[in-house]
Amino acid sequence: MAVWVYAPVGPAGVDPTAAELLTLARRLDPEPVAVALGPGARAAADELGEQGATRVLVGDDPMFAESPGRPAAHVLANLIEQRTPSLVLFPGTYDGRDVAGRVQARLGLTLMSNATDVPALDRARTEIFGGTKIVDVELTGPLPHLVLVRPRAIEAEPTGGSAEIEEITVDVPDELRRVTVVEHHEEAASGPRLEEASVVVSGGRGLGGPDAFSLLEDLAAALGGAAVGASRAAVDAGWVPYSHQIGQTGKTVKPNVYLAIGISGALQHVVGMKGSRRIVAINKDPEAPMLRMADLGVVGDLFELVPALTEEIRRRRDS
Amino acid sequence: MLIAVLAKWVPSPEGTPVLGPDHLLVREGAEGALDPSDEIGVEAALQIVERDGGEVVAVSMGPDDALPGLQRALAMGAHRGVLVTDPSLRGADTLVTARALAAALRRIGPELVIAGVESTDGYTGTLPVTLAELLGLESVTAVRRMDVESGALRIERQTDTGYDVVRCPLPAIVALTAGATEPRYPSLKGIMAAKSKPLERLTAADLGLSADELASGQRVLEVRDAPEKPGGKIVQADETTPARIADLLADAGTI
Repeated sequence: MAVWVYAPVGPAGVDPTAAELLTLARRLDPEPVAVALGPGARAAADELGEQGATRVLVGDDPMFAESPGRPAAHVLANLIEQRTPSLVLFPGTYDGRDVAGRVQARLGLTLMSNATDVPALDRARTEIFGGTKIVDVELTGPLPHLVLVRPRAIEAEPTGGSAEIEEITVDVPDELRRVTVVEHHEEAASGPRLEEASVVVSGGRGLGGPDAFSLLEDLAAALGGAAVGASRAAVDAGWVPYSHQIGQTGKTVKPNVYLAIGISGALQHVVGMKGSRRIVAINKDPEAPMLRMADLGVVGDLFELVPALTEEIRRRRDS
Repeated sequence: MLIAVLAKWVPSPEGTPVLGPDHLLVREGAEGALDPSDEIGVEAALQIVERDGGEVVAVSMGPDDALPGLQRALAMGAHRGVLVTDPSLRGADTLVTARALAAALRRIGPELVIAGVESTDGYTGTLPVTLAELLGLESVTAVRRMDVESGALRIERQTDTGYDVVRCPLPAIVALTAGATEPRYPSLKGIMAAKSKPLERLTAADLGLSADELASGQRVLEVRDAPEKPGGKIVQADETTPARIADLLADAGTI
């Protein structure tokens, strides 16, 4: 009843989701296997052992980064056919979805998205309607079942162990490598990392344009070490880079205080911040769902309130 | 170029979704809309065809109640619509959905298929790549910009830290992010013209899908309420509000 984890790796090391998936996997199988495909996989294998993998299948080939998705799905599908695991966990990221979706089609397996827990080998749990309902789903059909787990749904508990490392043969036909990455572009985010900040000041459609984000940056600066986030609406409109996006297709944050400013509270966004300890919402629309989610919901004009709040915090800090 | 756009009818994003006794979303008679992320796909397809020529086919799966979604796509300018509809597809998981749509797309034979990154109701986010694998097509997801250049696609793909420029040969499936383009509103002329555009209905039998292929691998066992969050307060802003928010931040130990 082997449980596998598809562990995303890169030149920068192991993605944080790998430790979460391995923690979840260990509850179902004391000896989970991690599959790491991509440049840097060999170097990352020891870290995956510390995170709880007892065996790491390594394919350290630049092809996986040059040609996203298809080669990794091909190699993983072949490994699954040869070694027949019962369950494969993937991170619920763009790359995780790309690989899982193709493996599903190749092998005719069921694939569950957005899982928040996997209570048994044939069960997955998810949340719907903005986290107001919990759904338990039975997985049936041919094995393995494939489950995409929502990032940061599981608290990582590394074991500090070590893994047996096995280099696998990577044999991918040329016709599966026709999509190629030709350029990388970084859009640097300023300030502390969103996932680590104790306060997140986040803006949405209500800001009306890129300029208003400077009000949020001023507030974050006054708080000292707060990070600036954004809803998908604000990112899609091009007001701030994607690296600021919080939500289903962005980052998941659980700060001490989350300030939702001009954010209506679409489900897409809510799943990325509802784990925050305290939520303050400012919105001019009294019907905005975010106000009802908040510990303190303020109906008012953000363009007046945010500078006034920044001023108040500066005053308290200086006194 | 012949372009197919996936066009899903979803419960109105502003409305309150309802689950039936079978734990499935009630789609019949519910207020709905063409998924906003699919409107972006229709727009992107129309822009290519308006420049280079071709045809846009909107493809949907759902009960007859889903027809307004296709009609919306036709009113925006799509040339024809295909609805995959069959009672046996109710509650289909992503694999069954992909098999049904793949069978419809095989009949259409598009050079490019455009989808959204994820639907607004189910947001599983895997259908485009599953379809691509079933159809033997290339795929690129998280596409924030796409240009057709000498028979291939030049794509900007969103990454965690920025974006990658990706070259993707055709035929292919792409999944567009909401920022890719701004969808047009259907004109009155478009709405009138949509009424006479071809709309084909395909059942599971039409598509030659076997009972095995229609067997969903997921069954909802239980739906329960999440623990209630202790109720917050909603207040109207006044001159005390900044101090009140600052108090909360201080209580949390963040000032």
